[in-house]
Amino acid sequence: MEFANSFYFTAPEVGLTVSGLILLLVAAFVGQKTTRLITILAVAALFGAAAFTGNLLTNSAFELGADAWGGLYRMDAFGSFAKILIYLATIGCLIVTPKFFEQTAEYRAEYPILMLFGAVGMGMMVSASDLMTLYIGLELSSLSSYVLASFIRSDMRSAEAGLKYFVLGALASGILLYGMSLIYGFTGSTSYIGIRTALEGGVSAGSMFGIVFLLAGLAFKISAVPFHMWTPDVYEGAPTPVTAFFSTAPKVAAIAMTMRMALDPFGGQIEIWQQIVIFAALASIIVGALGAIGQENLKRLLAYSSINNVGFILIGLAAGTEQSASAMLVYLAIYVAMSLGSFVALLMLRDNDGNQLETFADISGLSVTRPALAWCLLALMFSLAGIPPLLGFWGKFVVFQAAVEADMILLAAIGIAASVIGAFYYIKFIKVMFFDKPADVVVAEKSSARWVVLGLCVLFISPLGYLATLKLGEFADRAASALFFII
Amino acid sequence: MDGFPILTVMLAVPLVAAIACLFLDAVSARWTALGATLINLGLGIVLWLGYDIGGAQWQFIERAELFAGFSYALGIDGIALMLIVLSVFLMPICILASWEAIQKRVGEYMAAFLLMELLMIGVFAAQDMFLFYIFFEAGLIPMYLIIGIWGGDNRIYASYKFFLYTLLGSVLMLIAMLWMVNQAGTTDIPTLMNYDFPPAAQTWLWLAFFASFAVKMPMWPVHTWLPDAHVQAPTAGSVILAGVLLKMGGYGFIRFSLPMFPEASAQFVWLILGLSMVAVVVTSLIALVQHDMKKLIAYSSVAHMAIVTAGLFAFNVQGLEGAMIMMLSHGLVSGALFLCVGIIYDQLHTREIDRYGGLAINMPKYALFFLLFTMASIGLPGTSGFVAEFLSLAGVYEVSSTATFVLTTGIILGAGYMLYLYRRVAFGEQKNADAAAMKDLSVREWLMLGPIAAAVLWMGIYPESFLAPMRADIAALDARISRAAPQGDAKLVAGEPREGIANEMPETEHNAEGAH
Repeated sequence: MEFANSFYFTAPEVGLTVSGLILLLVAAFVGQKTTRLITILAVAALFGAAAFTGNLLTNSAFELGADAWGGLYRMDAFGSFAKILIYLATIGCLIVTPKFFEQTAEYRAEYPILMLFGAVGMGMMVSASDLMTLYIGLELSSLSSYVLASFIRSDMRSAEAGLKYFVLGALASGILLYGMSLIYGFTGSTSYIGIRTALEGGVSAGSMFGIVFLLAGLAFKISAVPFHMWTPDVYEGAPTPVTAFFSTAPKVAAIAMTMRMALDPFGGQIEIWQQIVIFAALASIIVGALGAIGQENLKRLLAYSSINNVGFILIGLAAGTEQSASAMLVYLAIYVAMSLGSFVALLMLRDNDGNQLETFADISGLSVTRPALAWCLLALMFSLAGIPPLLGFWGKFVVFQAAVEADMILLAAIGIAASVIGAFYYIKFIKVMFFDKPADVVVAEKSSARWVVLGLCVLFISPLGYLATLKLGEFADRAASALFFII
Repeated sequence: MDGFPILTVMLAVPLVAAIACLFLDAVSARWTALGATLINLGLGIVLWLGYDIGGAQWQFIERAELFAGFSYALGIDGIALMLIVLSVFLMPICILASWEAIQKRVGEYMAAFLLMELLMIGVFAAQDMFLFYIFFEAGLIPMYLIIGIWGGDNRIYASYKFFLYTLLGSVLMLIAMLWMVNQAGTTDIPTLMNYDFPPAAQTWLWLAFFASFAVKMPMWPVHTWLPDAHVQAPTAGSVILAGVLLKMGGYGFIRFSLPMFPEASAQFVWLILGLSMVAVVVTSLIALVQHDMKKLIAYSSVAHMAIVTAGLFAFNVQGLEGAMIMMLSHGLVSGALFLCVGIIYDQLHTREIDRYGGLAINMPKYALFFLLFTMASIGLPGTSGFVAEFLSLAGVYEVSSTATFVLTTGIILGAGYMLYLYRRVAFGEQKNADAAAMKDLSVREWLMLGPIAAAVLWMGIYPESFLAPMRADIAALDARISRAAPQGDAKLVAGEPREGIANEMPETEHNAEGAH
């Protein structure tokens, strides 16, 4: 029974792994003819996993969550919420990809399969309740990401991005692993509950070192300042659909993993990591905003924008309350839509020869030549800047509300004032598209799949999205309370 | 009227029309926008007629729990009513002003204006603090586009400055709002208006709100975005900016700062009075030396708004009523002045004062309207400006005669720069052949200026129509803040009431004869 339950609770991961393996065999034996079919099947598998996870989230029988595989894995609303976001983001990225490689015919069946394995790893990251599971999940998703970053073999930039990501990622994993070993050494346990119990009496210098190393490794994964340097290079070099993927699904996974890590095993020692998180949050907001100002390349700019957004999410973590955890999840959901939408819009910027355009000069006067695309980008940019009535405002709103309620008014005030710096480059986007002379290089996008993804994202972040805030808030609250249930 | 959600309809009409305009060609977009704004004007009049003077403080209440964290709550009192009426009154005029001046991307332009109307009504009608904030802040988006796409040569700089200045001001207000809601446990504005925050906290909250409203107002020294924005914006953009957007700052003070933080407001009276005094004198002097007509009127707006802030923080009924009338009057008058500039700008494409001269010769009708609005701006009795200035300054006098003295010099300086402007534009010799060849008002321009002129005179001769709906609300506000009212230096003493009425004629023989 125990065994069957464990299988049931981990069904999304198990299912995705099995589908990934079967598809891999199909690709290996049948060859590249099946690429399209494999992509469709991968999307179907992810849909299935999302639907199953949705059931786990909404079914009242599983409200309290449960442990699987002897406490290595935890099924609860928090993990389910994050996993649904991850799966949906992955689906979105997969749908818009094939057209990108059409020109070079470099799209191969490995791509969707790597995405699937990445999704499995990310699911494990957010559900892990043991350092070992966590590390395995993290590496599974990271290794897929490294390969995806260098997927265009003929492009030097892509190869460089992959290598850079790999070297720095491996370094971060090393730091993380070292932190884990310290924690294990000083607490005698790798399970979250064991660590928490062991730390209850007080934190020794060794475990404190462990916590700091763990946080440093996690900060790299979520690209928080001061471990953000890889982000612009990797985002710029990787193929754009892969960048879209990086900025959404792995980000959700890494942030959710950080939340669980900070609030479960180290939830009793908030004062130890709180100042680190506050620093990382404010530094990310400010560096993310200032770094973006001089950028000409849109992908680099969005990379800084994602650093900036991570800063806002970390403000929620710094507050460390159940309400702030819920706010972070709401922010994550909105962030995924904004980020995915922005990158899909970037994907649509192609010239006559099918080359991908990615600088400000190319989108000059886009509102005259491609009004629909320009208006979508306008909504996305104002939303990223947090200007109401777009939904991006709501994300910032709930996070700052949680910070104010946790009595961190100064943090909230500095954070929100720094958001004005960020607004500068978002409105530059609008300025170039709407105020400048048309460059007229972008050709019309015909792929309806891309329009659907973009349309859904824009619809969600439009003022209509506020109608979803009640439901979204309810799920996020449930997820946050699951996170605090262990205590 | 019961049950008909008139405020929601007033929000929905421009929204629907705005979306339609995006997909229409230039001509139909113009007519759609005009139609929608006229419908809203009609609804605004219905609203005014249906408003029960002396009835409940909040009327036309609508409420729906649609969102997490805040609710869709609308409702108006007399103050909001007058500002909504002002907005819907100016909107069709703005559309008319853009009829020929805007030739590129007309659909988008009209859509931006209609969205602006929606947001302005929303700001004044919102009864939920966060709903107010959303409407208040969202106005940045259409205004940024209006200045940036259809503005003058230096429009990019002006649009950035407008956007970032006002955004920085209002984000701090958001933090203050979050704190207040956390403290009071409600987002309902009427409830919060009667909630007593601890005085120590009030100081900080007041400053956070001040940061936003002072920029929006705009008060000296954070007014510098306004001349840039005005000069670069298209005519109708300037009208909306001066006519309604600046009023959001004053509305904010009267709706939030004063009733929610009376103690802090009293504490900062001298900050406000000091800034107002500096603003009146300094910006009036700056206006005197301007060569650009729009800039001159923009600086005069700052000076007039300073009288509004001084009146608001006089803590008495006259000051508050004067400030409200000043906002309405300034909305009409400065809007009309910008229209006057726009009319000649459309023909000669320059705002340089020296390029004009002697317009009274070839454009007599125009010169007449321009004169009326110039006089109203100065505050000539019989126009709305006089009522506004008199009431505000009478209110301020009870607090400080020094401040009143300085503020009054502003009126003299105002007469100086406005008359100087008028002399240079309308009188004198006709220096330039092209200026001398300009045509007088067209029917469309009559339709723009005529209603404003009528309203200015109406407000100047019978201000009771406008004061009546606000009376109870201002009395309530005065009662709320009187506990913190600063000690005035006027030391007014109520005298012995005389017997009989003051203008009673003595019973003389001659008089008795006349009675036959």
